[in-house]
Amino acid sequence: MTIEVVSKSAGTRRPFFRRRKSCPFSGPKAIKIDYKDVRTLQRFISERGKMVPSRITAVSTKKQRELSKAIKRARFLALIPYLVQ
Amino acid sequence: MAFYECVFIARQDISATQAEALADQFSGVIEENGGQVGKKEMWGLRNMAYRIKKNRKGHYILLNLDAPAAAVHEMERTMRLNEDVLRYLTVRVPELETEPSVVVQSRHSRDDRGGRGGDRGGPRGGFRGDREDRDSRPPREQREASAPASPPPSAPQDSDNKESEA
Repeated sequence: MTIEVVSKSAGTRRPFFRRRKSCPFSGPKAIKIDYKDVRTLQRFISERGKMVPSRITAVSTKKQRELSKAIKRARFLALIPYLVQ
Repeated sequence: MAFYECVFIARQDISATQAEALADQFSGVIEENGGQVGKKEMWGLRNMAYRIKKNRKGHYILLNLDAPAAAVHEMERTMRLNEDVLRYLTVRVPELETEPSVVVQSRHSRDDRGGRGGDRGGPRGGFRGDREDRDSRPPREQREASAPASPPPSAPQDSDNKESEA
């Protein structure tokens, strides 16, 4: 949020300005959320096996809900771990 | 009737043909109760991310169902009774996929990863080597994608390949 405010007030002057990433699951080139697709899910869990917050991955709120369900299903089927020691 | 996707894991001690027979048995239950089985997918013996009932591996089988709820309940009941089934998950889906699922599609890439996994597994230590592999996979892909643009990242990759060939 702060990034957006900065871009409005002093966009070009600020050297740390980074364009807001868009949600990887929405838009024309959207990836489908599937609990069987371990490769894709792996991008949204941390090294420890925890889900990565959407403020870091830029997944939209609606898709994050869907994603968390998919991750939980994949965990139940032992496709991805609940935790990595 | 509604569409369902059912994945179940069979014990690692049974053979692939026995696992297939299990799938046929459950398909039979569905058909007896007025449902249809659209697609049956064998994912083969896979490593599980954690142990279930002391098993490290399991036969994964996916069934696509078009069946009434009663049939699904009956099938789940028989799965609970069957000791060869470690776990099952039935999910209602808006529509059934007709093409092979991602798991089957990615099998080829999994094979060549297995080949390279040997030399990578060495320096990293043996504990749950397969998990380590999978975790390190996405960064490598990104490296491969960026390889043509910048020569330095591609150089260590070549040496990787040589090691696996040797």
